[in-house]
Order: sequence, then C-alpha cells, then structure tokens
Amino acid sequence: MSSEAANHTTQATQPEVEPSLVLDSVSCERGERLLVERLSLNLSAGQGVRIEGPNGSGKTTLLRVLAGLSQHFSGTVRWCGKDIRQSRAALAVDTLYIGHLAGVKALLSPLENLSWWVSLHIPSIEPISKAKMLNALSQVGLERFSNTPCHQLSAGQQRRIALARLYLSEHRLWILDEPFTAIDAAGVVSLEQRIAEHLKQGNMAIITTHQAMQIDGFTSCALSETSSEQVASQ
Amino acid sequence: MTDSNANTEVAIFSAFNALLLRDLRVYFRSRGTWLNPLVFVLMVITLFTLGIGPDPSALSNHASGIIWVVALLGIMLSLDALFRADFDDGSLEQLLLSPQPLYLAVLAKVLAHWFITGLPIVLASPLYSLMLGIPASVIPVLALGLLVGSGILSFIGAIGASLTVSLRSGGLLIALLTLPLYVPAIIFGSQFVQSAIEGWPLMPTFSMLLGLLIGAMVLAPIAIIGGLRLSQDA
Repeated sequence: MSSEAANHTTQATQPEVEPSLVLDSVSCERGERLLVERLSLNLSAGQGVRIEGPNGSGKTTLLRVLAGLSQHFSGTVRWCGKDIRQSRAALAVDTLYIGHLAGVKALLSPLENLSWWVSLHIPSIEPISKAKMLNALSQVGLERFSNTPCHQLSAGQQRRIALARLYLSEHRLWILDEPFTAIDAAGVVSLEQRIAEHLKQGNMAIITTHQAMQIDGFTSCALSETSSEQVASQ
Repeated sequence: MTDSNANTEVAIFSAFNALLLRDLRVYFRSRGTWLNPLVFVLMVITLFTLGIGPDPSALSNHASGIIWVVALLGIMLSLDALFRADFDDGSLEQLLLSPQPLYLAVLAKVLAHWFITGLPIVLASPLYSLMLGIPASVIPVLALGLLVGSGILSFIGAIGASLTVSLRSGGLLIALLTLPLYVPAIIFGSQFVQSAIEGWPLMPTFSMLLGLLIGAMVLAPIAIIGGLRLSQDA
C-alpha cells in the first residue's frame, strides 16, 4: 500500500511525464502456440491503435497482456517509461479494460453495477454522483432501465452497461476488446464519437474489432495468421 | 501530503464498503446461496441423530465432533461459488485490474460470504445442539467457538476456491486442497466444546482458536490473491 501511495506522489510531483505505451518485441503464447511474435509498437498521447487479425491470431491474448491481466509474455511493455511487470499499480490507475466478458452481475441493476465499478476504478474523495452515473447510462440508451435487474435485459443492453463506463472514465489508456459486439448501428456511431473525443483529449486507445470503424487518429496493427501456426520453439 | 494520504484512505474504505455491500446484495437476491449451507447442516445432523440412535449419552459424546465436521463441510461446499460467478461474468477481471488494494477487496469478498454462510450456521447452533443432546449451559460456548471457527474455515477454504476457480468443477478438488489445512481448526474447535462439557478451563483452546483466526485472516488473502491472478492466465 505504501508503494502505491509513493507512486501517486511521484506522479503528482512530475505531472509532465508524457504518457506513452511502448511494446518492445513482445511475444505471447497460448498453450503451445506462439500467437504474437516480436511485436513492437509505440503509442503516444492522442493516438489510437486498432489491432487487426483473423480469429485466433492472438488479439485478445495481447490485450490481456497489455491490461496487466496476463503475465505470460516475453519482451517488455512500458507504460510511461515503467515496465508493467514491475509497476502494476501505475498501469492500473491509468487503464480501463473492457474485455469479452462485460463484468456485469445479472442480479444487480445497471445502476448498481455501474456504481460498483466506479468505486473500484475511479477512486476519488468526492464519490461520483448518482446523476453522473444516470447520465452515463442515458448516453448508452439505458436510462429507462437503470433499476431493472440485468437478467431481464438483452445481451446488447448488458454490453451497453459495460460501455457506459466509457462516459465516466478519465483513464488515459482504454483497452477495448471487441467493444461493438452486439451493439446496434446507432450505438456504434455514438461510441465512435466518444472514442474520438477521448483521443482528442490526449488519451490513448487500443481496440480490436472486426467491424468497419471511422475514427481519426487510428493506426492499424495487423497480427498475421502465419505466426499463429508456428509452434513455439523456445 | 497527509491530505492526499487521507484521501486515498477514504477512497479505499469506500471501495471496501462498495464491495461488501454489492456482494451481500447479490447473495440476498439469490436465496440458494445462504439457505443451502444451513439446510445442509441441519439435514446432515438430523441424519446423524437417526443413524446413531436415540440414546442421548451416545449422541452427546460425539456431538462436538459431529457439529464441527458438519459445519466444515457446509461451509466448504458453499465456497465453490465464492469466486466462480465473478470469474464467469468478468467481474473478477475488473476487480483484479482495480487500482485499489486487492488485499482489502479479497477481505471484503470473504467477509460477505461468511456473513451469509458462516453466520447462519452459528445462529442456528442452539437448534442442532438440542438435537444432539448438548447441555443448554454449553450452547453459548459452542456458538462462540463456531463464530470464531467458521471464520477460520471461510478464509482457508477461500484459498482452495481461488485456486480452482478457473476449473469447470472445483468441488472435490477444493476439498482435497483445503481439508488438510482444516486440521488445527477442527482439533481446537471440538476440544473447545469438549472442555465446556467437561468443565475444563476454556481460555487455552479459545486463544488457540483466536490465534488461528487472526493468522488465517492476515495470511489467507495473500494466497487468495495469488490464486486469483493465476486463474486469469489459465
């Protein structure tokens, strides 16, 4: 706990550390297969990257590594100059990750789910007000369902609860794994706007999606299928 | 400096509260979680009374052992679900990625689980004490021992639950992993009740039980965090 507090203070005293994510020859394997091979990537403020590749090419595996969930990788990943293996806390403070699983409890209402997430991921002295959370829910079209138990909602609506976090988040790095799955066309447009706004504020985003996406400031990074067929030699 | 420390403390405390309340809310909305262990304990003790026969002295000779073993099994069976639901719906990912101290998060989860499984078993102890012919004067001692003991059982069992959460069916494996660790709790727990029945001094065994509880509370979360992190790499 003391080390985390120390991290906070160093960040506070040197606010002008340029946020950046640097991948240096990162390789990930899953089981016996080498999925991502010697990937190097550089992401700085205001940039987004879209990870592309066919099913099974290691997109999710890579994102889980970048979010700090998985430690099964070789090479180095640096967030703001610090190796994420050593300073997990520094990465956690700045990162928002939405994976395939929504992280939504079926027995709770959207509002309860959102406020649980807020208390975990947006630590602040003044708690985020209920009005702000309701606003985030209305941004994703769930204002009428804010107190309905989630098991009565559709898959797309449950997905939208997870995406409502984007409207409360000020995290500097968004890692979104297939965020548009089960979202209708209008929803995709407003999400794209939100992501573009996020980048304009000088933040970063890493996204995987199989859908067409029109956001400025995005570069693509293709994971080839060939690497997925190679068997890990080491 | 002191101000920012105080602020992080407030944020940490509110995260702890939010986790505890959210888990309790989920448990109360799914009645099976808190009712099943209690009904299990009552039924198994009924079976014991039928199996051993109506002789009151034969029953009360074995009563303390029976109660402790049955309470242990009831709590252990319910622990399979402790992290499983969170693992399946993705809440566990969000929990592990939170910048808040995981130690407190795990403490909150185990406490919430104890509230709805351990506590009812403690509160029902007068009922099954009478079924097993334990003298009424011993019942407060038995309840006190179970109060401390069920906490030990929950914390130790949660280690097994965290290690098996990524397996589809961890039930029996949890038992194999944690039963050896339960040995001290069982020895001192049933000894405590036996001491009360025989009129021996209570403090020595009670302080051993308290020591075990404190040890489990302090050390188990560290192992649980390790187990949960491993589950994300599976």
